[in-house]
Amino acid sequence: MGFRDVMHEKYKEILESYMEDQNEQALYLSQKFSRKSIEYKISPEEIISIHKTALMELEAERSDSVMPSFDILLEVMMGYGLAYREHQSLRTIQQELKSEIEVAANMQQTLLGTQIPDVDCLDIGAISVPARQMSGDYYHFVQDEQGAVSVAIADIIGKGIPAALCMSMIKYSMDSLPEGRHEPYQVLESLNRVVEQNVDPTMFITMFYGMYNTINHTFYYSSAGHEPGFFYNHETKEFEELYAKGLLLGVDKKTKYRQFEKRVDVGDVILLMSDGVTECRTEEGFIEVDTLIGYIEKYIHLEAQEIANKVYKELEYLQDFQLRDDFTLIILKRIK
Amino acid sequence: MNITIDVKEMEQYTKVKIVGEIDAYTAPKLRETIFPYAEKKNTKIVIDLSEVSYMDSTGLGVFVGLFKSLNANEGTLQLTGLSERLRRLFDITGLADIMNINSEVEGGV
Repeated sequence: MGFRDVMHEKYKEILESYMEDQNEQALYLSQKFSRKSIEYKISPEEIISIHKTALMELEAERSDSVMPSFDILLEVMMGYGLAYREHQSLRTIQQELKSEIEVAANMQQTLLGTQIPDVDCLDIGAISVPARQMSGDYYHFVQDEQGAVSVAIADIIGKGIPAALCMSMIKYSMDSLPEGRHEPYQVLESLNRVVEQNVDPTMFITMFYGMYNTINHTFYYSSAGHEPGFFYNHETKEFEELYAKGLLLGVDKKTKYRQFEKRVDVGDVILLMSDGVTECRTEEGFIEVDTLIGYIEKYIHLEAQEIANKVYKELEYLQDFQLRDDFTLIILKRIK
Repeated sequence: MNITIDVKEMEQYTKVKIVGEIDAYTAPKLRETIFPYAEKKNTKIVIDLSEVSYMDSTGLGVFVGLFKSLNANEGTLQLTGLSERLRRLFDITGLADIMNINSEVEGGV
């Protein structure tokens, strides 16, 4: 029989014995009872109710026998008092941890900070807004001496601290690629091996990696399961999807990635984004790709950073200022 | 934002029917419910997604984890009844090429 089934009887016995001759042994048994009832998650009000029932059953109507009964109740409740104080101190610890996480989040921002490269022929803009405290989106720019600008945009599936740690790992693996130029498909293949070996099997990363060659004005890109970007053709005023398909990072270490290329003329725009942009949800459902393109088109004549900011504002407004997913949008515009 | 997960252990395979949305809020429940089945040897799991209205990348993570876990235990995973939107998600991520996926809801297997 479990404690719950016998606690009533047990309490009554202790109470009866104490009411009779106020013995020490009964007080000692009350302490034991207290520990046991906490262990079995009996609430304080249940104890009071047991006390009341026991008193009624013992027909203790005279006040001289009721008074001592409170000694037992008090003894039993003492354990609850201790548990309450422990709860209070845990709350303080929890608050300390929370502020430590905030520090970690800030540090994360510093560690992962990336600088938008300054090149004559490109106007580059980027915006990244987390839906919660720590972002699962990540972007990074690299500029090499031969004039190529590379951009990585990634979404770590799985949020919070594990994702944040994972992101640092990605950044440092990218930084530690040997000197020299790396083709997008090579970067993805190398990262894929790192992720496959080091990351928890339920955590995955999507990444789009592109390299803009400023000499021949060609954009080379590969994707590991990332949301496709868009390409705006200035001459025809048309948008097309930057189609690239490839397996998520971290699923199979032997994955090969295909590389695509796109010639970029003056006025053309490359738009890269996270799924927080395309999967933007409103009261009436998801926004259609055409709606999204409509917003981009409205601002396409502006400077890259302005386009990014304005599109974000529009989508934020559509979602009633409640981001459901991290939002990252990167814009590369060829200006000469 | 709710989800119901119905698991039936049949003679030849484990049938799972999911109704609702799979996102960061519901994914943990889905993972807890299905993963124990994937850890047994030689399990075949068939998941009906025809009534899943929304799935985000966290949801996708659950399926990739499930797929890996089943593969490691010589089991198989089959996803059926994917809407166009879900289908696109599996296409972009390259998962459609390595997983057994079809848009039809499977009748009697």
